[in-house]
Amino acid sequence: MLRRMLAFTLRRLVVAIPTLLAIATASFFLMRAAPGGPFDTEADLDPEVLENLYTAYGLDKPLLEQYGVYLANVLKGDFGPSLVYEDFNVTELIAIGLPVSARLGVIAMLVALLLGGTCGIVAALRHNRLFDHATMTMAMTGIAIPSFVTAPILALFFGLYLKLLPVAGWNDGAAANMVLPVIALALPQLAIIARLMRGGMLEVLRANFVRTARAKGLPERQVVINHVLQSAAVPLVGYLGPALAGIMTGSLVIELIFDLPGVGRYFIQGALNRDYPLVMGIVIVYGTLIILLNLLSDLAYAALDPRVRRTYR
Amino acid sequence: MSPLLEIRGLSVRFDVGDATLTAVRDLSFDIAEGQCVGIVGESGAGKSQTFLAALGLLAENAKAEGSVRYRGREILNVPRRELDTLRGRRIAMVFQDPLSGLTPTLRVGRQIEEAARRHLGMNARQARAKAREMLETVRMPDAEHCLDAYPFELSGGMRQRVMIALGMICRPDLLIADEPTTALDVTIQAQILGLLAEMRRELNTSIVLITHDLAVAAGLCDRIMILYNGRLMESGTTSEVFTSPKHPYTAGLLASLPSLASDPATDLPAISGQPPDAFVTTPGCAFAERCLQVMDRCRIERPVLAAHEGRHAAACHLNTK
Repeated sequence: MLRRMLAFTLRRLVVAIPTLLAIATASFFLMRAAPGGPFDTEADLDPEVLENLYTAYGLDKPLLEQYGVYLANVLKGDFGPSLVYEDFNVTELIAIGLPVSARLGVIAMLVALLLGGTCGIVAALRHNRLFDHATMTMAMTGIAIPSFVTAPILALFFGLYLKLLPVAGWNDGAAANMVLPVIALALPQLAIIARLMRGGMLEVLRANFVRTARAKGLPERQVVINHVLQSAAVPLVGYLGPALAGIMTGSLVIELIFDLPGVGRYFIQGALNRDYPLVMGIVIVYGTLIILLNLLSDLAYAALDPRVRRTYR
Repeated sequence: MSPLLEIRGLSVRFDVGDATLTAVRDLSFDIAEGQCVGIVGESGAGKSQTFLAALGLLAENAKAEGSVRYRGREILNVPRRELDTLRGRRIAMVFQDPLSGLTPTLRVGRQIEEAARRHLGMNARQARAKAREMLETVRMPDAEHCLDAYPFELSGGMRQRVMIALGMICRPDLLIADEPTTALDVTIQAQILGLLAEMRRELNTSIVLITHDLAVAAGLCDRIMILYNGRLMESGTTSEVFTSPKHPYTAGLLASLPSLASDPATDLPAISGQPPDAFVTTPGCAFAERCLQVMDRCRIERPVLAAHEGRHAAACHLNTK
């Protein structure tokens, strides 16, 4: 079985190569199709300067040639220079931003999973009772309120009013600085996870095999732990992979409001400034993360359900 | 001495939106020690719900009223903790569809062992040995290998054997088998019924066989109870019910059994009409609308049957003329 899983993983990794190539190609030409260029600023540059810049970055060559050069460089591990952040290359910018975003994202997701999962399970066990209704109302609220509302409110209340936590800033990843961004990131995830977990639980609690387990005389706690949880977590697993990839690559809103040096900000700034190499680099990193985390969630499916395990070749 | 299971005035109702569906209506009967009783009726007659209610396994929107006593002790609507000492230990239930009835994510052995570990205080090793022994008792080919299989890896007949092993592992006094052979083909069906008979002989377990199939009941049971619209229509020994049915409904059921001698070209005699609506309660006999011998009295006054007296009896005015 282990060998089969290993073969499955390898196969998926091989298939990931053309997928990544397709992502890179599509985003390369889409970026170039967008109007404007990296050196468009308010003050018009001297045409001669502009021409020199284009030559220096190789942007004067035919598009297909640029594409070929870019791919060749990426294969060598070189994402090229940033066109806007002078003196930085893309790899450096990602190396600065990604750890910040990924750290916040992973912590937020763990918090959301722990609290949201527990809420979902308890809500399902108290189906149609007060706790259930209260949690689901809060979850709907959590999904409905966007983070550009919750984040400033959190900063205002805990930062300015209670003066408990810093309003913003990264401070080299001090714990106190991470609290508010993590809460703001986790809240909507927590709400979604609680709903998914509750839904999965309710579905499984009605299953015939749960009745069999109860007929054995097992106490409800044991019925839930041994016979329900594993199947009930399945809907959650499909969600977690892509969601984790999304949250790890940073949220522009959260990073702007809390003034964090994450990669989400570079991504949006890069796109607005037509910083082609920077956007391409982040897209490729994001794509890789999605592919890896999807693979991980497929492996988790297999861990949860022996019937799925059998279909993997 | 009190009977093994004593059911008195049992009713089961389901809340379905604004309406109430009554599945079991004021049902009373006994299951005596060592007996094998066939509970026969069409789907929707309340056969399964009667015993699910007795074991506290009803769906969330269902309510049970009345009394169910196990060896004189009330077990209906008692706290879960009390039920858990009984379920799987004294009374076990085998369900109709063993594929959806076994947990898909757990190995079969683990599922069989659970009851033994819970009720008999066995450790993992003892329970596994016991589970293996049970699989051998139910004639599972390659029992050792089967312990490590998942339900979806087994055939229907094998899964039903697992279900029976799981139910019998604590040697309960009463095994409730709910349509145990409905999902199986005829040869496997015969094997499973033979297995139940053997269990009863060797372990002295009382059996309740819930079935819509009169022939299946006849093969295994000492007594037959006919349920219709949540009520007991007729009760008696198997031979009494089969040779001299007292209720027109039973007679109709028997007449509609195909036999090898019947001519394939002619239609089987079927009971005309539809079973009554479970949402409605009529003052008279539930079968009146479909009965060929219906009298005026049948629509006004409900005939009663006192089956726990053990005699051959039917809830029909024809018998009390």
